[in-house]
Amino acid sequence: MSKYTEDDLREELKTKEYEYGFYTDIESETFPIGLNEDIIRAISKKKEEPEWMTEWRLEAFKAWKEMTEPEWANVHYQKPDFQSIAYYSAPVAVDPNKTLDDVDPDLLAMYKKLGISVDEQKKMNNIAMDIVVDSVSVATTFKKTLGEKGIIFMSISEAIKEHPELVKKYLGTVVPQKDNFYAALNSAVFSDGSFCYIPKGVRCPMELSTYFRINQAGTGQFERTLVIADEGSYVSYLEGCTAPSRDENQLHAAVVELIALDDAEIKYSTVQNWFPGTSEGKGGVYNFVTKRGLCEKNAKISWTQVETGSAVTWKYPSCVLKGDNSVGEFYSIAVTNNYQQADTGTKMIHLGKNTKSTIISKGISAGKSQNSYRGLVQVGSRADNARNFSQCDSLLMGNECGAHTFPYIEAKNKSAMIEHEATTSKIGEDQIFYCNQRGIDTEKAIALIVNGFSKEVLNKLPMEFAVEAQKLLEISLEGSVG
Amino acid sequence: MLKINNLHASIEDKAILKGINLEVKAGEVHAIMGPNGSGKSTLASVIAGKEEYEVTEGNILLDNEDIEELAAEERAHKGVFLSFQYPVEIPGVSVTNFMKTAINETRKAKGLDDMPAKDMLKMIREKSELLEIDRKFLSRSLNEGFSGGEKKRNEIFQMAMLEPKLAILDETDSGLDIDALRIVANGVNKLKSKDNAVIVITHYQRLLDHIVPDFVHVLYNGKIVKSGGKELAHELEAKGYDWIKEEVNA
Repeated sequence: MSKYTEDDLREELKTKEYEYGFYTDIESETFPIGLNEDIIRAISKKKEEPEWMTEWRLEAFKAWKEMTEPEWANVHYQKPDFQSIAYYSAPVAVDPNKTLDDVDPDLLAMYKKLGISVDEQKKMNNIAMDIVVDSVSVATTFKKTLGEKGIIFMSISEAIKEHPELVKKYLGTVVPQKDNFYAALNSAVFSDGSFCYIPKGVRCPMELSTYFRINQAGTGQFERTLVIADEGSYVSYLEGCTAPSRDENQLHAAVVELIALDDAEIKYSTVQNWFPGTSEGKGGVYNFVTKRGLCEKNAKISWTQVETGSAVTWKYPSCVLKGDNSVGEFYSIAVTNNYQQADTGTKMIHLGKNTKSTIISKGISAGKSQNSYRGLVQVGSRADNARNFSQCDSLLMGNECGAHTFPYIEAKNKSAMIEHEATTSKIGEDQIFYCNQRGIDTEKAIALIVNGFSKEVLNKLPMEFAVEAQKLLEISLEGSVG
Repeated sequence: MLKINNLHASIEDKAILKGINLEVKAGEVHAIMGPNGSGKSTLASVIAGKEEYEVTEGNILLDNEDIEELAAEERAHKGVFLSFQYPVEIPGVSVTNFMKTAINETRKAKGLDDMPAKDMLKMIREKSELLEIDRKFLSRSLNEGFSGGEKKRNEIFQMAMLEPKLAILDETDSGLDIDALRIVANGVNKLKSKDNAVIVITHYQRLLDHIVPDFVHVLYNGKIVKSGGKELAHELEAKGYDWIKEEVNA
């Protein structure tokens, strides 16, 4: 027992299987594979969408056909064959008019396995949940409580039908259909997602939460989230993701749009633990996500993300600081292990005067993984007194992984102040021995060091999420140092 | 309590310890002195179970149990404590959090539940007073941005919290000014009892004025070449190490 070799550790790591790797056999209705106008019309029809929505999708599809997959990111993978994916899959037992009590017991059992029993959530936690399995939002809890405050929280499909004026006004205003390859694809085929509207001056009394899960084999998940915080309102939104383990790669291309009107504030937190692939690098989710928020005058948007899953991550939650005095924040922990690849970061676009942004990025790489931070801080010519502070820290474990930082800065206004700090460190044998000597074993020592390294970001998460995130960090990295 | 027999140890095939014999009984204070590079810190690391060192011959017995096969944390659980010469930094982990983890991991190894928060708090309060440590200090990241003196004081604070059976102080006096030295030595003296033992590794006499040893050993070229009472330390202070080297090489 005196030696704890790299091999011992590696062996142990192998036994840490993906916790959420089960498949629930629910009867699903899945469209034939492939993508063409007919499929898009069929999706739209299935969802009983109005004509303008169908046209909007088709427009996106036309644009997408002319686009090519981006290759500038520091990730290498076999490109998905977009014609061999099924673009719509829904558990057939779902009827949007049903109440929670009517939900398919198999589905509820699945949530239990995930540790997010809706029933429990409803009673125990002050969290309203919208759950998206494959492509359809199954049940939305707390609707009534929220309704009393005028808050709308429902699946985007419902919102298209019930609040077309809001959806029509804001959908695609922050992430246009043609924004990028994956956003265009999402715009064409998105099947569900969440919609949230907070009326003027309302402070949302609870954390709103969506739980995504990819269940059906050979499907892509393309959810679309739209959050609108009207003037002077506040909302905190949580998003968690899991997927069963499968050998083939599953595609996930989501779009999230946030709109913070004058004096509004949106906090958006994500814990992503999609299946990362096996320890040999087989399977796993391709996570190609476009997230962006727009800040009007005095508004504030905070993105916090803990990214531990997915085989390939391509994700840059960004803020367009359009209004004067608006504030954008990005707090990120990205963990990669084995053969995972992550290229993630943010864009802070300063357009208004006295706009401020903060970027804190913590990358942790282990195994043979590659972890890149990519960020853009852009200050427009009219953005007097714009301020940015960026800090990018990388932590390496072992000798076979990589950490990369790609910070871009473009300032067109002389009064801009931009600071960038970066560090790279390695968990040292000396640190481990120090902990060991105090009676802390190596596994626990790594968890302690990683938690310390990530603390500034973990502190930004809402309480219940922070606990889950800490556990996830431990699971993702157990036994990854020799 | 501690019995070291003919201990040989090497790192990357380079022999550092070449036959150490040492017996430390409960209630005793031993000082290990010697010139730079004589193997003092290696001896401390080997007793604590640092993996890079390979024990090629001999053994280490703690309460008659051979601890050579035990991992560092298991030795710690049995009451071995090392005050590091160069304590490492762990950013983002507060002194309090670190201590809480260390104490509870040790308790877990003994089959005990976590220490209740109020007991922990009481203990922290008592021990930090003993070492004249400001409460604010405890919320800072472990050793990050600490002065040399703060680091050493923190080591002894940890010793106080963990209440070890055998404490090894590796050059705890380096980097300490006179006042800090007094506080640290005072702390160690208060923690001393008939049930525990202390090994003080140092270059200089000055720490031994405060922590008075029962035995002084001189380590040179991987061996203990001279042992004596506390007066040996005074002799070394006055005459340096050269006469010892000459004696050995003669």
